[in-house]
Amino acid sequence: MNGAAAQARLRDPQALPRATALLVAVVVLWPMLVLAEFKPWALFEAGNLRVMSDFLAGFLPPVTSIEFLGLLSKATLQTLAIATAGITLALLLALPLTFVMTEALSISRIGPGRGRGMGRVVRGAARLLLLLLRAIPEVVWALVLVRALGLGPGAGVLAIAITYGGMLGKVYAEILESSDTRPARALLEAGSGRINALLYGLLPGAAQELASYTVYRWECAVRASVVMGFVGAGGLGQLMDQSMKMLNGGEASTILLTFLLLVLLADFLSASLRRLLA
Amino acid sequence: MNTPSAELSAGERATAPAPCIKCVWVALALLAAVIASFVGLGIDYRGLFAAESLRSMARFVAEFFPPDLSNAFVAKTAWAALQTLAVSALGTLLALLFGAALALPAAGRFGSAARHVTRLLLNVLRAVPELVWAALMVLAAGLGPFAGALALALHTSGVLGRLFSEALENAPRGAERALVDAGSGAAAAFAYGALPMVLPQWMSYALYRWEMNIRMAAVLGFVGAGGLGQMLYYHLSLFQQAQSATVLIAMFGLVVVVDGTSARLRRGLAPAYA
Repeated sequence: MNGAAAQARLRDPQALPRATALLVAVVVLWPMLVLAEFKPWALFEAGNLRVMSDFLAGFLPPVTSIEFLGLLSKATLQTLAIATAGITLALLLALPLTFVMTEALSISRIGPGRGRGMGRVVRGAARLLLLLLRAIPEVVWALVLVRALGLGPGAGVLAIAITYGGMLGKVYAEILESSDTRPARALLEAGSGRINALLYGLLPGAAQELASYTVYRWECAVRASVVMGFVGAGGLGQLMDQSMKMLNGGEASTILLTFLLLVLLADFLSASLRRLLA
Repeated sequence: MNTPSAELSAGERATAPAPCIKCVWVALALLAAVIASFVGLGIDYRGLFAAESLRSMARFVAEFFPPDLSNAFVAKTAWAALQTLAVSALGTLLALLFGAALALPAAGRFGSAARHVTRLLLNVLRAVPELVWAALMVLAAGLGPFAGALALALHTSGVLGRLFSEALENAPRGAERALVDAGSGAAAAFAYGALPMVLPQWMSYALYRWEMNIRMAAVLGFVGAGGLGQMLYYHLSLFQQAQSATVLIAMFGLVVVVDGTSARLRRGLAPAYA
């Protein structure tokens, strides 16, 4: 009797609710598993296993012929150039939109003048444009642009410019709004123009954060430009796509190693630039 | 004319900061890098903005309109969108399990050697982008959405494993130690002493990654991993722009809905994790 009571006390008091929750979760998740064609045994089918093991066996040793390394370094430089050029174009796209969108620079919002509704409409339009630009992932833009511009880095640069322009514009405006906006307001109230209010009222407080975010985005753009190569937008990704399609494990492993080094390098560069800004 | 009291001492006078030589060099280097990038890529910018190519660009864009809104195709697109959602959910769920399993050694619970090895593994999992994992998984598991779910799971376990282990390291260990001192086993002590501490944070990390994975799952189809991406790739390859436009609209809608929902959800959840 005493033992049974001790047993009952030891049992998890939450056992029943937890079991019910688990059961409900399984019932809800079942259609999802079907829809996603959850077939773990596909991993161990003879055909797939052979393809994968042959491919992985090819990983060692990585290809280090001079010819391939030359090709690889050219692709790596191209990847870096795509990211840098893309971010530059994105900046050119984002800056005017930020300038239009930032509420702290709105003159009509301060006084009882006209143009209040108009200002709101223009700001809303700019915000919608930025949403449209960034809502479609850069790889999708790249895929579409490759159809329009042909294979090569041009599609990658434009894809980064479009998506990252949208992101930079939105975040710039948020940073400017969340910094101290009183100096800008004072300048505007004293009759200065919007550009001067931005330069002398808002930027001194926010410049460091803006620059730091831009550098961080460049780091992301390096990664994105590798990924975009898979749809034909040049650089390291395109090379990796070719090697994988030919099931050349040695080349794939060299490219993967280069990619990891490149990401580390971008990390390091961005961290040291941001430290300089701090 | 000046009265002595109006003069400022050297210490009181505002002085301009010394010019930052290093900043100038860095700025010049950045400028050089930007110019080198544009020159090195060798894109024909004049050709890009020539009247002829602008016209062909306009023609290309015009082909996307009107989107194919026939009932059969919209149903097909909706099905693909559901599949994309399922892939992202399955990928995130698997990553939640793997991430939790890897977080324990990565938080140093099985000694320092295991800790370093697991951290290295997590870094590698995280450093390889989802699309590259997907290209590999298509080889390993065959074409189809399961390869996409595996790819998401691999990358996301790297991310979640690290976040989970950090949460675990930062959580207070008093409750767990008290259970162990009272004679409970290690597993039970973890389940009842440590897990409840970190679970809310783990779940909020997982939800956040799920949101990102939905966006990613729409793209993974490009390498043959099912969902909206595969449809877009297929129709663009066949130059069926009207169908592609429908899929693009579906992708856009999915992203906007997820963004709005998660912003609202997180606002609702915020106090619980504060």
